Amino acid sequence: MDVTLTGKDFISILNEIADAIEKNQDYLSELDSALGDGDHGVSMTIGWRAVKEKLPELAGKDIGTILKTVGMTLVSSVGAAMGPLYGTGFMRAGMAVDGKQEVTGSDLVKMFVAFREGVVARGKANVGDKTMVDTIHPAVEAFKTAMEGGEDVYSALDKAVAAGEAGMKSTINLVSKMGRSSRLGERTIGHQDPGATSSYIMLKTFADAVKRHRG
Amino acid sequence: MKKLINDPYKVVDEMLEGFVNAHPQYVKMVHPRGVIRANGPKEGKVGVVIGGGSGHKPAFIGYVGYGVADGVAVGNVFASPPPDPILAVTKAVNGGAGVLYSYGNYQGDIMNFDMAAEMAEMEGIPVETVLVTDDVASAPKDQVSRRRGIAGDFFVFKIAGAKAETMASLAEVKAAAEKANANTRTMGVALTSCTVPAAGKPIFTLAEDEMEIGLGVHGEPGVRRGKLEPADAVAEALVAHILEDMPVGSGEEVAVLVNGLGATPYMELYIMFRRVAQILKEKGIRIYRSYVGEYVTSLEMAGCSVTLMRLDDELKELLDFPADTPMFVQR
Repeated sequence: MDVTLTGKDFISILNEIADAIEKNQDYLSELDSALGDGDHGVSMTIGWRAVKEKLPELAGKDIGTILKTVGMTLVSSVGAAMGPLYGTGFMRAGMAVDGKQEVTGSDLVKMFVAFREGVVARGKANVGDKTMVDTIHPAVEAFKTAMEGGEDVYSALDKAVAAGEAGMKSTINLVSKMGRSSRLGERTIGHQDPGATSSYIMLKTFADAVKRHRG
Repeated sequence: MKKLINDPYKVVDEMLEGFVNAHPQYVKMVHPRGVIRANGPKEGKVGVVIGGGSGHKPAFIGYVGYGVADGVAVGNVFASPPPDPILAVTKAVNGGAGVLYSYGNYQGDIMNFDMAAEMAEMEGIPVETVLVTDDVASAPKDQVSRRRGIAGDFFVFKIAGAKAETMASLAEVKAAAEKANANTRTMGVALTSCTVPAAGKPIFTLAEDEMEIGLGVHGEPGVRRGKLEPADAVAEALVAHILEDMPVGSGEEVAVLVNGLGATPYMELYIMFRRVAQILKEKGIRIYRSYVGEYVTSLEMAGCSVTLMRLDDELKELLDFPADTPMFVQR
């Protein structure tokens, strides 16, 4: 069973992501306090509030434009490390479905892959560095593999969420190799990475919203 | 935490509004998050652009003025500014000789400033970057490029700004800033935490009788936590870390900065300076110039840092160069 998502669906999903981020603001900042400067929840909230403000203007636009605009809004409103990282991810995802009024499961694969490429190109982190890539990479791999294996989009999304969750939790036992927290070395063990966590929240919210399209 | 604010999400914008209205003879805004000198760019002079997250006053906007920075891009509290204000400031300060970016070595700042630099280059403005990496506590000696920039920002900005006033080329301004950074080391101690307004809770907690050595200016955990010691012992520990990392020989000259982190009275800073000066004297190291006060803070954190910059003739001359900015004046 495939899914068809319209620009309107995306605007609604992006609104849900913005709400999920706002709801988890304190949790994300708390995680960041153990590893960095405690502002991850604040930065994410600022960025997604800006996105939420922008979404009404995007009604009727194609999905590529919607995602690219979300990316540019994150880049220009957040700053910090999150702005360029997530911003580049969304811009690349938008380019992957440029001009499309509707996307299906195979387009979602292209978007996911492009999103990952954008984040990796901008931040230069590898799997195991204790970053958002630890959630994003396995989630994208799981989704792509399941879809290419002929599974339906909903079970592929379940696998992506499960792999993303495992990736996020794997950061607890990793030593940070990127960003401010990398200066703490071994002392980062035992703490879950806030970027990996915000990526998981976005992924889970996205998957849950798409799954509501299953008849 | 009690704070004199309105909306925690508007602290930066409201602060900027107040700042620009307080100092119209010094600064003007060219972007809601970008400030440049009131008299704009100078033809043929390299523009020095600094910046970073808010919460470090006087850094960074307090240093916009003669002898230091031409422009500042302002981020949210403890978060890098996005590329847009950086680019707006870059264009506004370009006097035709190119622009030097200088800021602390943080991944977020690097990504945003690099994106702005790429856009500026596309518009024909040459940009060079010098990252400040003075914090001894943040990475071992063989990984200096991973170290963060803290109070040493002040010395690097001061040297870069002075060099630019001499109408030196972009390459020369960059070289002077790099020399300043290579000869600057900082070690800090925190006594209390600080609270990012929108987060509402302290970044970490220290017990009433504890201190933490090597803590970052954003409350990043430090290298050693222990019982609070007398000022003399703390000064000795900080200077020892610095000199172990950057040996300074007897007869050499240094600039000293004892920097308050936001909530430490000047009384305590001078008590710290007293012992720093004694130690340097015992070692035959001559203090050429001293700075004691708040130069790079962390909101209302208590504690201080000690910075030494090892000097040669060029650095001495540039350090002596006058400066006239809203929060730093040197005649």
